[in-house]
Amino acid sequence: MPSIREAFARVETAALGCLAGLSPAVRRRAPNGLEFLSLCILFSFAVLLVSATPPEKHLSIYSTAANYSLPIVQRQGHDYVGLLELLDPLGTVSAKSDPPRWRIHYNNILGDFTVGKNHARIQGRDADLSAKFLIENGRGLVPLASLGSLLPRFLGGPATLHEESGRLFIGSIATHFTASVALDDPSQLIFHFTSPVNPSVATEPGHLRLTFSREPLTSPASPTLTFGSKTIPSATYSESNGTAQITVSGTVPLMASFSNDGRTITLSPAKSQTSATAVPAPSNPAPQEPAANQSASIPRRYFAIVDASHGGNDRGEALSNTLAEKDVTVAFARRLRQELENRGISTLVLRDSDANLSLDERAFFTNTTHAAVYVALHAASNGHGVRLYTALLPYTSEDDRGPFRSWTTAQQSSITLSQAVAASVATELRKQQIAVRTLTAPLRPLNNIVTAAIAVEVAPSASDLSQLTSPDYQQLITTAVANGIVAIRAQLGAAP
Amino acid sequence: MIPRHLYIAVSVLVLAVLGMSLYAWRMRGRAAAEPAASVDTRPVVAPVAGPTEQVTLYVAYDDDGVLHAQTAQIPLPSVRQQRAEELLRSLIALYLDKSSPHPLPPGSDIRSVYLVDPGLAVIDLNAAFADGHRSGVLTEELTVASMIQTLSANIPGILKVKILVEGKQRDTLAGHADLSAFFDVSAINRLTSQLQSSQ
Ligand SMILES: [Zn+2]
Repeated sequence: MPSIREAFARVETAALGCLAGLSPAVRRRAPNGLEFLSLCILFSFAVLLVSATPPEKHLSIYSTAANYSLPIVQRQGHDYVGLLELLDPLGTVSAKSDPPRWRIHYNNILGDFTVGKNHARIQGRDADLSAKFLIENGRGLVPLASLGSLLPRFLGGPATLHEESGRLFIGSIATHFTASVALDDPSQLIFHFTSPVNPSVATEPGHLRLTFSREPLTSPASPTLTFGSKTIPSATYSESNGTAQITVSGTVPLMASFSNDGRTITLSPAKSQTSATAVPAPSNPAPQEPAANQSASIPRRYFAIVDASHGGNDRGEALSNTLAEKDVTVAFARRLRQELENRGISTLVLRDSDANLSLDERAFFTNTTHAAVYVALHAASNGHGVRLYTALLPYTSEDDRGPFRSWTTAQQSSITLSQAVAASVATELRKQQIAVRTLTAPLRPLNNIVTAAIAVEVAPSASDLSQLTSPDYQQLITTAVANGIVAIRAQLGAAP
Repeated sequence: MIPRHLYIAVSVLVLAVLGMSLYAWRMRGRAAAEPAASVDTRPVVAPVAGPTEQVTLYVAYDDDGVLHAQTAQIPLPSVRQQRAEELLRSLIALYLDKSSPHPLPPGSDIRSVYLVDPGLAVIDLNAAFADGHRSGVLTEELTVASMIQTLSANIPGILKVKILVEGKQRDTLAGHADLSAFFDVSAINRLTSQLQSSQ
């Protein structure tokens, strides 16, 4: 199945080229006449095939095991998908159709469904469906809208459904991205992704569209991004029919080039048609070079990065039977962002959802956005008040000098600034009568951050754990932390 | 009908298989018993009557989140490596005690300490130690600093320390303290001074 889809995707890309002659990938390769002709004929067939049937709706599924796509069928005004087909790539699955009953085994979990019923039994427990269960040719069809609640019962983990756009995230899988305009050349826009991506690129007057059908790309904090660039004023993020799209508006025709193993995409004004046709051969390596140069000079888009530590499978400390550290850190992070923005400090919260974000990804994001200060938030049941940490750098010597040395001790050059931030925040916390300690800690990713970086570990002021979720306590702490950062803002602004 | 010679041949083979199985079973039992016996004879607990020496342990106290230096008597082993292991075992014994100031999970132990080359100490913890360890930046940091400071204070010349779990590298102790890199002993010395005061 995937190979057929891929083949179609190639035909489509080639077709765009034969119609408009615009796709840079195709233009770069300069197909010969016969190849070009045959692709155009193939495309005509594809158009005939596609135009004969209405566009089919798809559900894209993203998981660590596989990324795949399934057709969505409409029955009685509801969207349905085949449950067996959905679970098949994720584990060992078998189904037995014995109308009106339909049973499915996924690993050791038994699901028992009945045609026409709005509920099912999974491992002997009731599960509600948003519409009636159906069987067609032995295939068990479940309503799309129920997947978000149904799948965790089979998979034993979270599943997030974007119902409108037909996208399903199994576990906490996600690819995040940032976008910023190059400082030395405002006509270039650079996207950084946390995992390699391979979108299809389409150009139309005034726009360039990147379409991600296989990547679990997730929305940035705001779906509309604006850049202070005349050439590339804005970009919007959207999702539809199993894909995510980034549409970039441009006042001149744009082209995309990929670097950093598919983690970076640079958009820049397309070279004029005449120069491209005049010198076809050297146009190949050209787009790579500017991308490599710019990664060193991306402008600062956010002054502060607030990192809600842990998330997804990493729950952090189990603060109580019901309270996980990862949920407390998000609450603190959102409040701290509000307090910083109230003080005119542009702030990005890393992990504004329950996503898995590795320590490397957190450091990579912070370093590529060129923020002035990084604040990681932790919560603890042990002790009281607030502990402020700066990096305890690992051992290095002349003998250890190698390619990875700079990554583990990237914080080295900013450590004095980080200590100054910690001291400033400590002063503000003490003003609020909050017990505070300043320590170093072997705590990643502090040592991987190239700018001022601190971690804030919040414990209750007394032994009452419920304080950690109390809005008053969160407000008290985040106000003081924000004041501490504002107090040292001038010093941070001057930082490289 | 089964030919007579085939019948005999199969019978002999079946007997041989049974005989070998019985032999292998007995050998397996003996092999399993042997290391157990050798483990039993190893002096895990300090010999009560033997010569001892006074050492300084850096003990974590959760109440104030601090490290306190306190003296202890440990058996006097001849080998530097055994001395390192005895040091950490007496520290862990304190933490496993009923009145522990910094409880570790039951069954916590060190598998061994290697003093690989001058300047490098490798502490190999057992799975129970790390799997059941409480999570938290300060909680984990106290454990790590307590062990490294105790080693470096009593065994001169250690510059860097690596902590393994069951012989393997691990990302963190319990979600926070980074075990992926080498600890810088001089940085831990400075951290210890910070940790000796609760302010
Ligand atoms: Zn934490």
